[in-house]
Order: sequence, then structure tokens, then C-alpha cells
Amino acid sequence: MLDDFFVRAVLAGLGLALVAGPLGSFVVWRRMAYFGDSTAHAAILGVAMALAFDMSIYIGTLVVAVSMAFLVSSLVARGQVMDTMLGVLSHSALAFGLVAISFVPSARSDLSGYLFGDILAVGRPDLALIWTGAILVVGLLVLRWQRLVTSSLNEELAMAAGINPKFERLVLSLALAVVVALAIRVVGSLLISAMLIVPAAAARVWARSPERMAAVAALIAAASVVAGLFSSLRLDTPAGPSIVTAAALIFLVSQGVRRT
Amino acid sequence: MTMLIQADRMTINRPGTSEPVLADVDFQIAEGEIVTVVGPNGSGKSSLIRALLGQMVLSGGKVDRKQGLRIGYVPQRVQLDTAIPMTVRRFLSLPTRVTDAEAAGVLERTGVSGLGPRQLTQLSGGQFQRVLLARALLRAPHLLVLDEPTQGLDQPGIVAFYQLIEEVRRQSGAAILMVSHDLLVVMRSSDRVICLNGHICCEGTPQAVSSAPEYRALFGAEAQGMLALYRHQHDHDHDHGPACGHSHDAASPQNPETQNA
Repeated sequence: MLDDFFVRAVLAGLGLALVAGPLGSFVVWRRMAYFGDSTAHAAILGVAMALAFDMSIYIGTLVVAVSMAFLVSSLVARGQVMDTMLGVLSHSALAFGLVAISFVPSARSDLSGYLFGDILAVGRPDLALIWTGAILVVGLLVLRWQRLVTSSLNEELAMAAGINPKFERLVLSLALAVVVALAIRVVGSLLISAMLIVPAAAARVWARSPERMAAVAALIAAASVVAGLFSSLRLDTPAGPSIVTAAALIFLVSQGVRRT
Repeated sequence: MTMLIQADRMTINRPGTSEPVLADVDFQIAEGEIVTVVGPNGSGKSSLIRALLGQMVLSGGKVDRKQGLRIGYVPQRVQLDTAIPMTVRRFLSLPTRVTDAEAAGVLERTGVSGLGPRQLTQLSGGQFQRVLLARALLRAPHLLVLDEPTQGLDQPGIVAFYQLIEEVRRQSGAAILMVSHDLLVVMRSSDRVICLNGHICCEGTPQAVSSAPEYRALFGAEAQGMLALYRHQHDHDHDHGPACGHSHDAASPQNPETQNA
């Protein structure tokens, strides 16, 4: 069954959906959307590095995404204006990555594969890695769930309960970096944040508790993966963008639900 | 009597500077006592609370908390992120899960029973304060710390809230430390009032404090409903006692305490 590239693509997408639901909910709750963007855009730089030094692209993107997460956290801690700084970092990281990748001749041809993902080329090792990573990150979130939710809701209340909100923020930043590295083959660097945010934003309407929002977001992400991949197959559209398009349509429907 | 918290010559500097927000503050609170801290904006009230809770690094002096002291804390102006769906019942289980019976009991005690299934964002200001208080009571605290608990409530809401606080003390015997702006109500329900302005200006029973010249200097205008217009002027007749011989810069209006938040 895994011999079929389409089955592998669906499974890879579902693995990503599993983790994108809960993690994306935190991104929405904590207004980290732009933060996700800069980490994801930096991943292109990681791809360039990986190709130049003949490493696994997962390692390359993970290293760069983690460094980016640390850089952003430390700049914010030093009192930089979050919004402006993320705008600077996010697009600079993308530009640096695109310039760097142009020096690697072998990568120029499949640049769009890294920008928009190449889910149909996912192999068995990719699949194993995506699912392992997804389960590890979800496990981490479940383990720290109460602490993470409390500090997302209000940092003062968290501190009073003996929780260190800075540490919880770091946990989320690292989780985000891991997911960016996992997702680069599936939806590509430009659309990773969309995969995190759009399903969670749609799920908000159907959720009365944080747990439910995370679960519904994961379901919506999974539905988007399946719908996106099937329509991509039928209409011969690019797979990654089709998945995000499907998620965006579900989001539109959810907004209609809210109004009625 | 056992002191729950005892602080000696506590000094806190503005982060990254040697400019004191609070200087040489002695503080103690005993079991079952209601202590209220009053003072203008930027007088270091929130810093005092945070230092007592152990959330701030001291630049001088020390704070001792009684072994095993359980503190229930209601922070100032809790702004909840509306992006998180959260019922009152779920909120009470953060970060420690409680049973439905415990949750219902504590909501009843604070006069908001039946609000369990309601979303936090759908509560009125008064209801939300009561839910916050309920959550703080869940840990059966020895000390309740309330930072501006009635901000944003209307006058009847304020009075009702203070009645509730007194009732909580009667029922549980918990000591209560409050920061407040609502002078008249504070005066009625506190055992001891501390008037703060970068240092302790005066302290004592509500009657003693309200007749102290230091207090009048700080709050004379406020009593006439001029709270919002209040500025701590250096030319007032603020009569320093021996312990007050230092600068008022820490409390200048250009440095509101929210900056160290």
C-alpha cells in the first residue's frame, strides 16, 4: 500500500495535520502567526545549507528554524517591537535563503518544491520521520498541556501558579521549529504557517474549550489534506497549495456558521 | 501572632537601572488580617505585591514567607485572550484540575453558581472578578492577594465585591492583601492601611491613616473625586517622617508602573 505515491502523500499530510491542529491552536491563541512565518521562511536558508553541505534537508531546516526561534525570542526579550522585527526577520530570512539557494546549482531547478512543498515525492523515510516527529511533538504538548494553556491564557496567572511562562514559550518555539522542518516537504516553506493557522482559526467557531479547538483543528487539517490531494490529482493542481486552498474554503464556511 | 509574610528593608530597582521603584520597605501581614495598600499610579504597589509573591528580584532587603504558605492571587486587569475558547468550569481547572463538586462549591461561595458552562468572554466585569476570586479560593489559601480587584466595576459592584471579600475572610480565616484605589470602601473594610509612594508614607488603622498629613497630601484631591487628575507634585506639603528621606523620582508620572510589567 505504501508503494503508491498518492497513499504516501495522504499519510504524510495526515501526520502533519495531527500536529498542526494543536500546535496551530497555540499559534492562534498566542498570536504567533508572524513568528511562525519567520521560522518557516528561514527554513529555505536551511534547505540551501543542507544542499551545500550535503546534509539531510530535515537537519538543515531544523537547525535554522531552531536558531531563528531563539533569535526572535531573545530579540523580543530585549524589548524590540515584535511586529516590525518579525516583519524584518521573516522576509530577510526568505531573501537570504533564496539568494543562498541560487549558489547551489542542483537546487535551482526544484526551488518551487521547497517553497510550495513536494508532497507527492514523499518517500518511506520521509513518512517515518514525519510521523515520528508529529507524535513526539503532540506528546510534548499533551504532557505540558495544562501549563501551556494557562500561560497562553494569562502569564500573570501562570506565574502565580509557579509556572514559568518564558519556558513554556520556549517549548512552543521549539515545537514550531520541529514542525516547520517536518512540513517543508509537505506544504513547503511559504505555506507552513497557513497549515497551522487556517484550520485552527476555522475550528474556533466549533469549540467551547481549548482541547476541543485543538482536536477540531486537527480534523479540519486532515480533511483539507484529503480534499486538497484528491482535487490536486483530479485537476492537476499543485498539491501543497491545493491543501491550503481546501483549508481556506473550510475557514470560509466556518465564518458563515458564526454569523447564523 | 505568626506572620505569613515578613519583609525587611526591601528595595526594588527599575529593571536594568539603579533607580528604586521601592526603597526600604518593611512589611508584614498576620493570619486573618486585611491589609490594603493605597498609593498613586507608579508608587510601586504592583512591584510590592510581586516582590512579596516572589516574582521579582530584590535589590536589597529580604522577604520571608511562612513555610508552606498557600497564596491565592487575583492579578490586576486580567486581560484574557479572546482567541482561546474557555468555559468558567474549564478555567477553574487551570493549571490544577479540580472536581465538578469543588468547582460548583467555590462558584457558589463567590455568588456566581451556575456560570460554569458560560464562556469567560461572555461574563460581565463583576462576574469575572468573582470567577477569578473563586479560582484563587480553590487552593484553600492562607493568604489572598488581590491587585486592584474592583477596577472597572461600578459603585454597587465595588461595594458588593468588598462585602464578599469580608465574608470570605469570615468563612476561611484567610488573610487578605489588597491593592486598591477605592479609598472609601477600603477604609471601611481594612484592618490596616499602607500608604505607599516609592516608600511607606504612613501606615496604620484606617482612622489613623486617613487623618495622617502624609495621607491627606497624597489623597486629599482624590476624596473630591479628582482621582484621574491626580499628579504627584513635588511642591505639596508632603511631610516626610525620618524614614522617608529620599527622592520621589521613582514615582514620577512619566514612569508608570505598568512599564515593568
